Order: sequence, then structure tokens, then C-alpha cells
Amino acid sequence: MNHSFSKKLVSIFTSREFILAALLVVASVIVSFFSPVFLSSANILSVIIAITVNGVIAVGMVMLLACGEMDLSVGKNMAFTGVIVAKLIVSGVPVAVAIVLSLLVAVFIGAFNGFFVSKIGLNAFITTLGMSCCIEGVMLVMANGRSITGLSESFKMLGQGKLAGIQYPIFVMILLVVVADLLLRNSRQLRKIYFAGSNAKAAKLNGISVTRVKLYTFVFTGFCAGLAGVMFASRLGSASVTVGGSTALDVITACIIGGASLNGGKGTVLGAVLGALFLAVLSTALNLLSVNIYWQNFATGAILILAILLDALSEKRKSVGKAVL
Amino acid sequence: MAERLRVEHLMKKYPGVVAVNDVSFSLNDGEVLALLGENGAGKSTLSKMICGVEKPNSGCIFLCGEEAHLNSALDAMNRGVAMVHQELSMVGEMSVAENVFINRQPVDFLGNIRWKELFENTRNLLKSFQLDIDPHTLVKRLPVGVQQLLEIIRAVSMGCKLIILDEPTSSLADDQIQLMFANIRRLREQGYSFIYITHKLDEVMTIADRVIVMRDGCMVGEKSVNNITVNEIITLMVGREIKQLFGEEPADRTISEDYAFEVRDLSAKELYHDVNFGVHGGEIVGIAGLIGAGRTEMALGIIHAHKRTGTILKNGKVCRIDSTTDAVKNGIAYVTEDRKGNGLYLDYSISQNLLVMQLEALSNGLGMLKKSKINAYATKQVEDFRISTPSIHQTLGNLSGGNQQKCLLATWMGIEPDIFIIDEPTRGIDVGAKAEIYQMLKNLAEKGKAVVVISSELPELLGICDRIVVMSGGTVTGEVKKEAFSENAVMDLAMRANRTSY
Repeated sequence: MNHSFSKKLVSIFTSREFILAALLVVASVIVSFFSPVFLSSANILSVIIAITVNGVIAVGMVMLLACGEMDLSVGKNMAFTGVIVAKLIVSGVPVAVAIVLSLLVAVFIGAFNGFFVSKIGLNAFITTLGMSCCIEGVMLVMANGRSITGLSESFKMLGQGKLAGIQYPIFVMILLVVVADLLLRNSRQLRKIYFAGSNAKAAKLNGISVTRVKLYTFVFTGFCAGLAGVMFASRLGSASVTVGGSTALDVITACIIGGASLNGGKGTVLGAVLGALFLAVLSTALNLLSVNIYWQNFATGAILILAILLDALSEKRKSVGKAVL
Repeated sequence: MAERLRVEHLMKKYPGVVAVNDVSFSLNDGEVLALLGENGAGKSTLSKMICGVEKPNSGCIFLCGEEAHLNSALDAMNRGVAMVHQELSMVGEMSVAENVFINRQPVDFLGNIRWKELFENTRNLLKSFQLDIDPHTLVKRLPVGVQQLLEIIRAVSMGCKLIILDEPTSSLADDQIQLMFANIRRLREQGYSFIYITHKLDEVMTIADRVIVMRDGCMVGEKSVNNITVNEIITLMVGREIKQLFGEEPADRTISEDYAFEVRDLSAKELYHDVNFGVHGGEIVGIAGLIGAGRTEMALGIIHAHKRTGTILKNGKVCRIDSTTDAVKNGIAYVTEDRKGNGLYLDYSISQNLLVMQLEALSNGLGMLKKSKINAYATKQVEDFRISTPSIHQTLGNLSGGNQQKCLLATWMGIEPDIFIIDEPTRGIDVGAKAEIYQMLKNLAEKGKAVVVISSELPELLGICDRIVVMSGGTVTGEVKKEAFSENAVMDLAMRANRTSY
């Protein structure tokens, strides 16, 4: 009993999530010595609110990566959903109806990606890249290339309102992350995602409908992108057509820092969100320490490479014998 | 006869294990030496040292009487030693000629490839190996057996006189094995030497001149094939006598009157057509045939891994199977021949692998997986199937082939299937594990299940089956009952209406 308990502790302490969380704490304490503002509640909240968009999308993306796929259209899907919800509200549609309709569009885009990738077997990178361009085109036509403003107060309240001093979107993200993380870890249906991503052929022979698993995961990722879009538009009080350009790659970066792999079969929701938080803390810290802003890109890139380097090294250590090729 | 190779007191240590321990032997020109032993006995480490991939900790290698310090595989090739690995190193998207002369293409003074000469040279080489293939053919279009020969041709064309073959026939059908043997014999007469690593002992008796047997890193025997029997070799390899390689016949096995499982008119375009056969409850039926006869494809068709037509009956009733999910639900298990490619999740632990077929059984009413249930189930399966591992959390990729295969069986037998189809049940695993797997299949039949064994190894089918259904050219050409079992009877049906063309 004692032995298995200590084993459990070891596995928790060596998990990617724990290491990331520990790094976050250590980094925060160190930075707060140089810049006491860093650990003020205002700064902490501003860092967290900044990752709500990427954090929500990462929930879907990490599942997609776990089943061996990816979605590069999430950024434009998010922007498009924002434009649609804004247009609907400006034209007088009730807020609730507008949100549901725009989320449906986002889900539809996810389903479209999923259909082409899992049913037809097209490459996810290319398909979703193409989809991203298509969405952007439609969006620019719809919005006439301009941001949409003049949203109703009740809609803005959703993104800007506070409970106990904390903005609603933060609650939405935390709720989504906690539920999705627990389900992805423990639910037998979602476990199929890992099997499909680790070895799709074996999963098929084992009676798992890989096509369906991937399709649903694409749909859910579309939903997450849509939710992020609605939250973003209501927080800003307007829908911009220029956002989302780098969202997909930022989110994938966060997922991989959090332990996911482009080869599939790995990754957790908590890890992905901690990855996003880590990147946000890093850039805030560099700002507060008045490091040249261009170095932030370098830092992000270096950490990404470091993350996969650690992965590769630990794989090598685990494998027995020497690779001949 | 001149001595081609001599090794003296070779020793190779890895952290925690002595892989090769004080091994000495020699090999003459024109000799085929079989290197035998169970998985993990040190055969591959020994051969890797001889072909320059690994460096010995101590001991010497002599090539043609001269001491050789081999630094790399390329170094060894330049000194006339080449190894043909089990995993082929051909580039499928390139032509035969480019593969044979990879990196050594004839070039003009500007470094441009002289294509005409390249193809002409290749054509001549192929002809000397009795292969009627256009050198322009893409390698991926050729059967595995021919690809294997191309590896040998490449070694020969590089001037290598000592060729190490690692399980060259493990994925070949009989006709291709014969082609391989014919070429080995011809090269042997020309003075080429071979080290032949295999698990198939009947092949050893036909092709090898001498055998050396390894166990736990040590050489435990060296005999001329004329002075040893298969049983003696097995005893040397395993270190104990295996009385019944093909398992003990369970006392209570009865074969039911009616078919427990029947396949009617199974057809899929370009793969197989009009396949009909049935299996009684408690019966073990073998499916024999040459490579390309459509056996594996047909089995995949039964579980609807691809689109096909036809009817599957279980206990006389039509059983609707429109997806692999349906097959599993109906208690039809198909255990793949390619455990690494599409059988197991090599990056995951044993317990996770066993979980894949038990998602429902090991979760609670809310659909949440229960860790305690998973661990208990995994522990039970590891014990029942005698998988040797330090822990149920061991990553599967780190297990030996035999243990991986047992794990695959444990995964599938865990769903207690009524119909158990197993494809190449013992490919690449050692004798001890083989005997255990045969016993498991017999025990399954004792419980009244219908067992189908697809295999390219005839002795295996003749040893464990009650009946053998033979396929050729994508359809069933006949069946052989136990009373009439013989290699000839099966081969006759397997060759019927079948002309292998490249």
C-alpha cells in the first residue's frame, strides 16, 4: 500500500502538468522580486483573461492532437463566429438565439473539417488550412472587411461582467477545462481518442470507429473555437475580422508544451491550458522586466523546442537497446 | 576450404545484462551456418558485432584470417560482410535498379547517373538470380520474397562474400522460400558463406550445413546438421525438453455437429471472391495458401474492415456485420498477423493495451473508467497468459516478441469471443512461447469455440488443426481432413489455378 502510494506520488511529481505548474510558481516568485506588480491580483487576472480564448480552443485542440489530427482553421473559425454573432445582434436577433446560431456555424465548420479528414481521408493540415482561407474569405465579404461595432449592452455584459471581481469568461474557461480534463482522463468514450491516435489501424481492428471518434473531435474543436469567438466578441464589445491569424499555431504550441504530440496518442487538457498559461506568464514577465518585445518570440520558440527535446530524450531513455537505424 | 570468418571469445555487455558471453566459432567458404536460439539468446547482438553495427567489449573477429576492427556497417561491407535485416531497407517508391545500386550508381565524369548502364547491370544480376523482373519496376510492386532477394543481390553486387540473413523467410510463402533456397544453394556453390538466423527448424535441416545454438548469451552447442535432430535442437535452445510442441490435446474436447460459424459467398473486388467455409464448435480449422492467396484479406473481410459482400452465419443464424465494431459485438475476434503495425499500442502500457477491448466492463455506471478494476483485470490477464514483465505498467514496446504476442492474445481472449480467428499466431516468437500459444488455442477449442488459424507455416497447421481449408487466387480451392493431412495434399490445392506473376 505504502509502496504503491509512493509510486503514485512519483508519477504525479514527474507528470508534465506538475512540472509546468511548479515552473509557473517558481517563475512567478522570481519575477515578483524584480517587479512586485507581477503577483498583484489585477495582473494575475489580466494574464488569465488574456488566455481565455486560447485556453478554450486548446481544450478541443489537445483532443484533436491526441487522436492524431489538428485543426489550423480554429483562429478564423473563432473570428467568423464573432462576426456572425455580432451581425445577428446588430440586426436585432435576441442574444441567446444569436449565440446558439453562431455556435452552430462553428460546429458546422468543425464537422466539415472532420468529414473531409476522417471520412474521405484528406490530410488534416492541408484541409484545415484551406478551410481557414475559405472562412476568412466569406467573413471578409460578410463584414465588408470592417469590424462590427454597436453591440447590445446585454451581450457585452457576458464578456465584461464580473462575479466577485472576476470576469465571466474566466469562469467559463475554468469550468470547461475542469470538466473536459476529468472526462478525457476517465471517460471510457473519450479514451477511444487516445487509442485512435496511438494506432489507428489497431483501434479499427479492436472495434473502435476511428472515423467517428475523429469526426466528433473535430466537431467539438469547432465548438470550442466558436465559444472562444463569442466570448472574445462580447469582451471586446465588437467583432474584428483581423483576429485569429496566429491562434492555431499558438494553441498547438501550448498543447505541445503541455505534453501533447503531433504523432497523436498523448496530451491532457490540463497540460494544454497550463502550457498556454506558461506562455502568457512568460510574455508578461518579459514585458514587466522591460525585455525587448522581439525577444518574446525567441523565448516562445526556444521553449517549444525544449519541450519536444525533453520528450525525445525521455523516450530514448525509456526504450531498450540501441536503434540500428 | 578457406576460412571466411572466425570469432574468438566475443563478449558484449549492456547495462545489467551480458548479451553475448565468450562466443567462439568459425565459418568456411561455401558454408551455411544456422544461428539458433530463443529471443533474447544473443543471436542478433552477435550478428550485429560481425556486421559492424555493434562493437564487442572483448574478443576478436577475423575475416579471411586477418583480424578486423569493424567500425560501422559500411566498414564491414567494404570487407565483404553484409547483413540482411528482417525489416527490409528497400525504398518502395524507387525502381529495382536504383535500389540495388543505391548510392553506387554508375556515373559519368559530371556525376550524372548513366541510366542505361545502371539498368543493364541490374538486368544481368537479376538474370543470374533467375528473376524475370524489369529493372524499372518499382520495388513496392514486388512481393516481399523478391524484395528480400534484392537485398541479397545488393550484397552480392557489392562484393560481399559473407551474408548474414536474419529471419529471411519469416514473411514468405513456400514458393518464395524455395526461390530463396535455390539462390542460397547456388551462391554457396560459388563459395559464398551464410549465417542464417531463424526460428524455423525444418528450414535449418534443409538449408544449413552446421548449426550453433545460443542460450542466455552463451553458445550451448555446435553440430553438423547430419548429427542432430530437430528435437535435440529445441532442447538445446530452451534448456528443457518440450514434450508437446503443439500442445496437449484437452480431454474434453468435442466437435459439434453443426457449424458454429460459417462464411458464405464472401467477395471483395480484386481481393478475394466467393469464399465459402464453415467451422464447427470446438474445432480448429487452418487456412493455408501462398502469399497473395487472399487469406488475410478474407479474414479482414469477415470482420468488415473493408467493403465486401457475402453472409456470415453464427450458429446457423445470419449475423449482420457492417463494421469492425459489429464484429466485436458479435463475439468475432480477429487477431492480426502484424502485431506491431496494427495489433498493439506500443507506446502504451500493458494495462492500457488490455483496456482497449474492455472499456465498458472496466467502467462504472456513469461511463467513467475505474483504475482499480483496470489494474485488477490487467494483473489477472498477465498471470493467466504468463506474460513475463516486471509490472502491468510496463510499456509494451519494451516486451519481447513472444510476450507482445501473448499480450495481444490476452487482449482478444479477454472478450471471450465465440469465433476466434488468428493470423500467423507464432510469427517471430520463440519455441517456448509457441508451445504455450498452441496450448491456449487448444484450450479455447475445448470450451466449444470455433477457432480459425491462418498460417504460412505448414507444419504448424498440420500440427494443431482438425481440418485445413486451402485458398488460392482469392478463393477456396479445397480442404484437407485430418486423416489426409500431408504437406503435398495442401500444397497441391494451394498451387491450383495459381500462377505467381510479377
